[in-house]
Amino acid sequence: MKIKNAAFAFALAAGIAASAAPAFAQLAEQVPPPRQSWSFSGPFGQFDQAQLQRGFKIYKEVCSTCHSMNLLSFRNLADPGGPGYTEAQAAAVAAEYKIKAVSDSGQPIERAGRLADHFPAPFPNDEAAAAALGKAPPDMSTLAKARSYSRGFPWFIFDFFTQYQEEGPDYISAILKGYKDPPKGFTLPPNGHYNEYFPGHVIAMPPPLQDGQVQFDDGSPATLEQYAKDVPAFLEWASEPHLIQRKRVGFQVMIFLIVLSGLLYFTKKKVWHEVEKPREAAAGQNPAKTSI
Amino acid sequence: MSGSSTYQPQNGFLKWLERRLPIGGLVHSSFVAYPTPRNLNYWWTFGGILTFMLGVQMITGIILAMHYTPESTMAFNSIEGIMRDVNYGWLLRYVHASGASMFFLAVYVHMFRGMYYGSYKEPREVLWILGVILYLLMMATAFMGYVLVWGQMSFWAATVITNLFSAIPGVGDIIVTWLWGGYAVGNPTLNRFYSLHYLLPFVIAGVVVLHVWALHVAGQNNPAGIEPKSPKDTVPFTPYATVKDSFMIACFCIVLAWLVFYVPNYLLSADNYIPANPAVTPSEIVPEWYYLPFYAILRSIPNKLLGVTALFSSIIILAFLPWLDTSRVRSARYRPLFRQFFWLFVIAAVGLGYLGSKPPEGIYVVLSRVFTLYYFAFFLIILPLLGIFEKTRPLPNSISESVLKAKA
Repeated sequence: MKIKNAAFAFALAAGIAASAAPAFAQLAEQVPPPRQSWSFSGPFGQFDQAQLQRGFKIYKEVCSTCHSMNLLSFRNLADPGGPGYTEAQAAAVAAEYKIKAVSDSGQPIERAGRLADHFPAPFPNDEAAAAALGKAPPDMSTLAKARSYSRGFPWFIFDFFTQYQEEGPDYISAILKGYKDPPKGFTLPPNGHYNEYFPGHVIAMPPPLQDGQVQFDDGSPATLEQYAKDVPAFLEWASEPHLIQRKRVGFQVMIFLIVLSGLLYFTKKKVWHEVEKPREAAAGQNPAKTSI
Repeated sequence: MSGSSTYQPQNGFLKWLERRLPIGGLVHSSFVAYPTPRNLNYWWTFGGILTFMLGVQMITGIILAMHYTPESTMAFNSIEGIMRDVNYGWLLRYVHASGASMFFLAVYVHMFRGMYYGSYKEPREVLWILGVILYLLMMATAFMGYVLVWGQMSFWAATVITNLFSAIPGVGDIIVTWLWGGYAVGNPTLNRFYSLHYLLPFVIAGVVVLHVWALHVAGQNNPAGIEPKSPKDTVPFTPYATVKDSFMIACFCIVLAWLVFYVPNYLLSADNYIPANPAVTPSEIVPEWYYLPFYAILRSIPNKLLGVTALFSSIIILAFLPWLDTSRVRSARYRPLFRQFFWLFVIAAVGLGYLGSKPPEGIYVVLSRVFTLYYFAFFLIILPLLGIFEKTRPLPNSISESVLKAKA
């Protein structure tokens, strides 16, 4: 019996220690960004085409002066499940860009962009970007998936069931709106900017968007609040261009698997019924009257 | 694979083949007539699930390899190319990535089940050791596969894990240079990891054959932990085990599909969507979840050599389990004390997993040490002593008796 008590005492001690742990969990210096509602969240999420087009406009007019988006091509703008441009519109966008190429005689030239071209980067390499801006800005192709924040226990367990996958867009949105004057006593290093949501609060990027900076044709307000919704949505599409297809196929697969599991369950019951009979008899049931 | 076959070939061709290569009889005796204990519960379906997952990983992996470029400047972009431009490439890649996690989830259930019901005991020691070898091969394969993505976390995980070998006195640095194929993790490292990541699954498949062979010689253990004594204690593998396994595989696929289609990045590190950069260290280097308990053990010890020794010992010790557990009773059902210590062990293992994801400071280190101590004490002190001092409950006379008693 002594060993039994020891086991219980150990379990108790471990339980107390574990319940004390969350009190120490707030060590990270990152402020969790506020949750936003996104059209593409959840099992039936959809991209809002108008929003992606607004986001692309902001990218083109503002972001792309510093940030590359190397993995995307102009043709992607006309892909199904994306911003919904026609092929002609995407080609027209491509033609606005100058692409470095090699002529038939082997000389370096610049030509108008085509659908198959990737979005050209603003700097030839990271070193050039760092020399011009102080720090090389991250590529935007996978940015919405490459940024996140710690959810902590127990939230990370709920996230699996509630399908919370928008940590990146939430974080990017918070960063765009998170520029503030530093609190008293906070020493800002030269060329640094204070941002509430950036880990450590010192971000190299100056506030990129202000009210009125980009005008929309669809009547949406030209406000930072609006930009901070449209840019993350656009970046989510850029990093997960097949998100809509994924969720649609996923629903079909789920239906199939649930029906299959149900059929297999009843098949199993039927097959095992003969084996279960002696047990049912022992339990006082009449095996002849038990179903399948 | 045991006993004489009762297989009767059904047609002329099969009769002709059976006299030359008795493969029909082998399959029949292994997967049709093979007697399985009638009292197996659903925890026994995870062997079938694991076989299924190995198949899923091999098929998706072989197709992914057709589109992947194992070169350090192109690897990351080639995977993004699969995600973007290959037809259903996103599906293949997410199934392969989530599949690795589900594979480990299944193997952990399978291992805990073996521990709970004493499936490693005489005459199944070799079967258990083959399982430990499979687990080690899985860990190596998964680690190298993770590096192939060549994101920030891939690169730095490769750096941290290979650096563990530098703790070996004298020859450590030479071994690490040899592993890297250079003086840092780089293109040669990526190339050899790719080669090995393609090779090891076939080694795993080979050891799985041995594992199943050993299983079919010794016969399956069961929740009562006693051997079948009469035909009343068993049912043939087909249709009974086949249909039960199929049902559970379908249920398991629902969870896999949930991960793949709805939360594909739930278990992936955001940092791994940043291309590998040797000049920038991520703020936190955290391995995949299935290594976290061992990572916590490593970090709970301040001395590097001792930490690495503890890390490897914590896995190798599993191979000695059949001899560390001195009890003659297999199933925890009849071992009231073992059952408590077993669940404490599960808590310690899962707790270590959580602590492995936390920074090594404050209460996390203290708890890691407590759990690490318990992890080793469970194998080295508790199990040997329990077999001597524990008063076990009386075993049933037969499997069919235990089945009837349980529900009566």
